[in-house]
Amino acid sequence: MEKTVTLQDSGAIDTQTLDINIGPQHPSTHGVFRMNMKLDGETVVSLKPVMGYLHRNHEQIAENMFYLGSMPYTDRLDYFNSMTNNFVYALTVEKLAQIEVPERADYIRVIMSELTRLVNHVSVTGFLLNDLGAFFTPVLYAFRERERILDIFEEVSGARMMCNYFRFGGVKYDLSGEALVAIKDVVSRFPKFLDEYEKLLTKNEILCMRCQNVGILSPELAISASITGPMLRASGVNYDIRKVDNYSIYDRFKFRVPLGKVGDVYDRYYVRILEMRESLKILEQALKEIPAGEIMAKKMAPFVKAPRNFKPPLGESYARVEAPKGELGIYIVSDGTPQPWRYHVRAPSFINLTILEDLCVGHKVADAVVILGSVDIVLGEVDR
Amino acid sequence: MFYGSGVLRGMLVTLKNMIQSYFCKPEDGGLFTSQYPEKRLPEKERFRNFPFLIYDKEPENLRCVACDICAKECPPKCIYIIRDFDTDGKPLKKPKIFDIDLTVCMNCGICEEACPFDAIYMDHEFEISGRERQGSLLYHKDDLLKSNEHFHKIRPTDAAAIDTRRQEDEAKKQAVKKEPPKPPSTAS
Amino acid sequence: MKAEDIRAKLEKNVPSAKIKVVRDSLLVENPADLHNVVLALKSDSDLRLDYLSSLTASDFVDYLETVYHLYSIDKRIGPVVLRVRVKRDNPKIPSLVAIYRGAEFQEREAYDTYGITYEGHPDLRRIFMWEGFEGFPMRKDYEQEDSETLDKDDIEWLDRNGVKVPDEMRQKALNPPAPAEDKPATPPAS
Repeated sequence: MEKTVTLQDSGAIDTQTLDINIGPQHPSTHGVFRMNMKLDGETVVSLKPVMGYLHRNHEQIAENMFYLGSMPYTDRLDYFNSMTNNFVYALTVEKLAQIEVPERADYIRVIMSELTRLVNHVSVTGFLLNDLGAFFTPVLYAFRERERILDIFEEVSGARMMCNYFRFGGVKYDLSGEALVAIKDVVSRFPKFLDEYEKLLTKNEILCMRCQNVGILSPELAISASITGPMLRASGVNYDIRKVDNYSIYDRFKFRVPLGKVGDVYDRYYVRILEMRESLKILEQALKEIPAGEIMAKKMAPFVKAPRNFKPPLGESYARVEAPKGELGIYIVSDGTPQPWRYHVRAPSFINLTILEDLCVGHKVADAVVILGSVDIVLGEVDR
Repeated sequence: MFYGSGVLRGMLVTLKNMIQSYFCKPEDGGLFTSQYPEKRLPEKERFRNFPFLIYDKEPENLRCVACDICAKECPPKCIYIIRDFDTDGKPLKKPKIFDIDLTVCMNCGICEEACPFDAIYMDHEFEISGRERQGSLLYHKDDLLKSNEHFHKIRPTDAAAIDTRRQEDEAKKQAVKKEPPKPPSTAS
Repeated sequence: MKAEDIRAKLEKNVPSAKIKVVRDSLLVENPADLHNVVLALKSDSDLRLDYLSSLTASDFVDYLETVYHLYSIDKRIGPVVLRVRVKRDNPKIPSLVAIYRGAEFQEREAYDTYGITYEGHPDLRRIFMWEGFEGFPMRKDYEQEDSETLDKDDIEWLDRNGVKVPDEMRQKALNPPAPAEDKPATPPAS
């Protein structure tokens, strides 16, 4: 316990700051994450994030593994969005070994990663409402839609969450006609669901009161602290890696980047809703244009049956994608052997936590929980 | 709009959903969950869980030749193979021990991709449990063996494609064998 | 923008810093120059590298290296890759937290896994490993604990609790076999 601090409003009574640990086992911390808080009354004075409970040294495992062997491990980074994790790993190795991806495979990749974005955003808004106290009605509405998309993932890749679907130079299976029809069905019914969801939430007075002007992140701090993803855009910074880097074939699609004005929790919530609408636009275009053809690069054909023999040339590469949680990057140094010399994951949830203390100080404990919910973390990725 | 209208409209949405859940089909907003042990959803063909070893007709006639490729490719290294030997000590083309630790397996399907003999495939069975922490989920060869008919049942299109390919390969082999062997050269 | 052009630009702005181009990236030869170089890159009107995307360390056996991937949000340039190399014994690199807040956790991670001390970091502690953990697990010479052999303490504990320990395991614990000589890892040429 620290020495006395005066309560702000009375000024007369001497009080002590109180140390509170939220987590590592707590429903509001989204996993095994611990917030080491100091409270003055109910106001947060300081907050230190403590992590590492789920640490399994993913990087070390990958350095002792042949290249394709890390692909199923990347699924387990951000277990909500295994497709985008696969995507960035495939992109990095393709950049390293200079592999051209066939057009159809590129389209399949874009479709899958946009579906992943829908899955993530729809459930994270649900969980945010859970943290606010709207217990499980929004999150179950969200999971109903998520279920349809996971069914598609299962049909396409064989697993609902740990997809392990992307390969260097393409994808594992082709997209069947039925799967395309199912995706079209999901895309056509999703806007209706979003309208209903927004009717339920967006103008709800309780949500507005709890979220507006809470946890404001200024654009200057956001840029300096390397915040990415919906959180950065909610602060009004126009930076979407799909637009900036034009990786894969994102330059072919027309979509807009939704921006927030204030940078509070409400903006983060609303930017995610708007991003889903933009994702649907991309999906519609991609489903219309998807060509027939190969799904695997010719250069990689010998390694389909023998992934151990794949040796990228000497060198290094860093690729990044706009994952639903922010910028997901992988850095690989190759020494010409079947195992990477260095493998590093730049995890968005991990780095977005840097400013958690700045956002929470001065707010109440209940708000700290909501702010953490709006940062959108997954502990599999934070701890790696 | 008056203050509180947002909450009221939200309430209307939940009311609508509740009423729908009684009268509509699941696709149109009806009750979406199914009561699992009684009612099962149809399995997707590509669904993968744990690997199994495939045999043709007789369990002795398994396709695995103990080449050890899957054990090497397996990312978490959950496959353990020892080759069988006959009484003279000559290596046989079948495994003596083939163990998979299901507690370590992470259902990635790389063994199935890498196998050059179509011997190992991913099963649909997911209701697996054991009473002990160690050992009871270590599956041995006998637990893993399943027939080709089982494979046809769970993954009809893949199984049919693989069967025709295997038959073609067999036919090619037969054609090569039928050619008379060249006489040994008699030159001194 | 090519690394060579940026080097020419930096030579003008920060004449004291020695910079080499390695694999299309800028190698700052003296770690003490890092602050000036980064500040020059951040304030340069053509580059404005205001966003530190990734900071990571790697072990090249002869030396440790920290790699910085910088981008510009304004100008949409990037990545500009900076590297700093330090000796394995007592590695010290100036911290970038004062310039980029985003370096805070990433430097802690690099310290945790590679043992590079970032001087000037406000709170340089282990982040994933617990306090009191010995060694730096991502270094190439880090020896992993052998899960097959028991420790002496384990045997004593088991004896005290009346658990029978097989003789074979007891022997192994008392006379641990010499660690197998790994083939020396050769780092990729820079």
